Amino acid sequence: MPFLGTTGRRTAPVVLAAVLCSFAAMVRASELFVTNEIDDTVTVLNGDTYKVIATIPTDQRPRGIFATPDHKYVLVCDGDSSNIDVIDTKTLKVVRRIETGPDPETLAMSPSGDKVYVSNENNALVTVINFATGKWITQIPVGIEPEGLAVTQHGRTVVVVSETTSMAHFIDTKTWKVVANVLVDTRPRIAQFTRDQRLLWVSSEVGGTVSVINPRSHQIVHVINFHIPGVDKEYIGPVGVRFTPDDRTAFVALGRANRVAVIDARTYKVEKYILVGQRPWQIAFSPNHKRLFVVNGLTNDVTIIDVSSLEAKKSVPVGRLPWGIAVVP
Amino acid sequence: MRRPTRVLGLLTLALLAGVCQSFWAPGATAHAAVRNFAITFLRKKYHFNPEILPSLLETHPSNLGLAGAQEAIYEINTAGKFIGWNFKLNVVTVPDGGNLAAAAGQLLAQGPKVIIADLRPDDLLTLADLPSAKDALILDMRTTEDRLRQQECRANVFHLLPNQAMRTDAIAQYLIWKRWPRWFIIQGPTKEDAVYAADIRRSAARYGAHIVAEKTYDYNPGSRRSDTGYQQIQTQMPLATEVGGDYDVIFVADETDLFGDYLPYNTYAARPVVGTQGLVASAWTPAYQEYAALQMQQRFDLFAHRGMTERDYGGWLAVKIIGNAVMRADKTSPMPMRKYLRSKDFLVAGYKGQGLTFRRWDNQLRQPVLLSTPLMTVSMSPQHGFLHPGYTTDTLGFDEPETKCHF
Repeated sequence: MPFLGTTGRRTAPVVLAAVLCSFAAMVRASELFVTNEIDDTVTVLNGDTYKVIATIPTDQRPRGIFATPDHKYVLVCDGDSSNIDVIDTKTLKVVRRIETGPDPETLAMSPSGDKVYVSNENNALVTVINFATGKWITQIPVGIEPEGLAVTQHGRTVVVVSETTSMAHFIDTKTWKVVANVLVDTRPRIAQFTRDQRLLWVSSEVGGTVSVINPRSHQIVHVINFHIPGVDKEYIGPVGVRFTPDDRTAFVALGRANRVAVIDARTYKVEKYILVGQRPWQIAFSPNHKRLFVVNGLTNDVTIIDVSSLEAKKSVPVGRLPWGIAVVP
Repeated sequence: MRRPTRVLGLLTLALLAGVCQSFWAPGATAHAAVRNFAITFLRKKYHFNPEILPSLLETHPSNLGLAGAQEAIYEINTAGKFIGWNFKLNVVTVPDGGNLAAAAGQLLAQGPKVIIADLRPDDLLTLADLPSAKDALILDMRTTEDRLRQQECRANVFHLLPNQAMRTDAIAQYLIWKRWPRWFIIQGPTKEDAVYAADIRRSAARYGAHIVAEKTYDYNPGSRRSDTGYQQIQTQMPLATEVGGDYDVIFVADETDLFGDYLPYNTYAARPVVGTQGLVASAWTPAYQEYAALQMQQRFDLFAHRGMTERDYGGWLAVKIIGNAVMRADKTSPMPMRKYLRSKDFLVAGYKGQGLTFRRWDNQLRQPVLLSTPLMTVSMSPQHGFLHPGYTTDTLGFDEPETKCHF
């Protein structure tokens, strides 16, 4: 509250300041929601101070996490409880549970937020759920151990990657049919469209690569490899992928290599490896894209990277085995 | 807790099967024709007396190993359905005392010469040395014997499970990490026990441990079922483990489970037991759940209604490797497949957090090795800090400079 210092002695500005403050508190700072797989909790951090605001108990084995497009809710997949916890971002409480079918690992939503897509890891399915009613719209058989989901801007296509089958499956949301399957390197984890929707990047954890796919032709146009001096190739396990708003730079978390790769998204050249905590998994930007948050599974913390200088600024502790992150402005 | 999960899972599988039929029938991909690929699973029904197992909890299911391969067939067909491949497992069982060479010769004549071998060492060599097997691909999913990776290696055989020297190295690294470098070796009477004991000595020399004492245990404890069985064991084992000099662990070499399981809590000195019993090294145990192995264990349990053993894992790996060669590399005959498996392009995922590849000098699959008790995974080797210029997993077993394998 910087203006408190300039309020003078009179009462009115103080009251005004108090009103402004309470307004500021209403539109509070952005918040980071981090799932802690072992603790069965979500840690909520203040997006400015990185202090823990709340630790929200969830059902069992929370992993995938997603903020609704209107930012009113954060949805959490509880793998061992076969449901989604719906967290109200105002009250920071679980307000609803949605049944998902067995072992939901990750989720995504349609652009309007009316549908939830869930990957059922143990059953090789994608379950499509009406968010308002919680009713299942359909289930789509895909490859074994489906994980990361990506939805196109207009919601026509949903992509899911299957870890054991090692494919990216393209699902048409009008017919609910799989229209294409692209074999990628072993154990794909995350699929992410570039912001202009022209390309789809798929990270392969065991293969140690990122496949760049043309989503129209369903062809792999490039495979990105990583070479880190002093780190054995077996330890390089790409997982989380995010693009800067101009699509020029991509960040890829490299799992047991304990680094985030910074990639020129036009030339596919790796420009830098930023050392973070141990086993960085999912990553997310701050709302203004000036910070990148990296969730480190083995060191139980989140590393904050300054996007302009490409430096890791600090790490803040969260719960045990943190897995995913959602940022609410 | 387990039962409802399983029932729910089965229901979902049944549902899935129904959905899949209609879903896959129109062909979800551009591939019009489905290509078929047959894999031969060759095994011999060895005479086995379950009474020799010291614990009643140890079981010997008749589909040991085979169930892993069958589960993997389902998995690679899930991928195959999307891209136009269909795999079939032809299971051939030679009876105990049956003529393996004749059966194998017939199979090789029919082709394709891609064989998963669930065979003991001598039978594996019989198969590999048939003239018609020269250009075959044989995936050895069962043996752990060093000699098959050393003097008696074969160019047409690829080994999937860690051999004995990999296992003693895996344990040794952990003991060094624990700072338990003083070992007492107790070995059984068989030839393989002697090989395992020699591997312990080799590991000790490699990692700077000391063999404080060695003993051979060569009588049959054989008292499991008698009322006073425990009393016999309770007096026998302290005698067998009484030696001069202090040690940190007892390293047991008992490949046939003759006495090793009687050692814990019965030893003369209060020391842990490691080796072929106690803390054991293996590629897989039904208790392992790290690196998403939990998903594998759940799938296997749903399919076979029992835990997944190391031999099941061997069978599973064999099929997955063939699936990779066919679908990823488009290799459909044995010689190009062999070349692919030995190339830099090959890698198979096996729930170990890293890709698994073959050593070119002896066709052994390099892999992290689990260290476990019956209920828990205690650790995984290679241990942190054991370095190698190529693969850290090559710190386990026979590295290129020490290989005796020359194809």
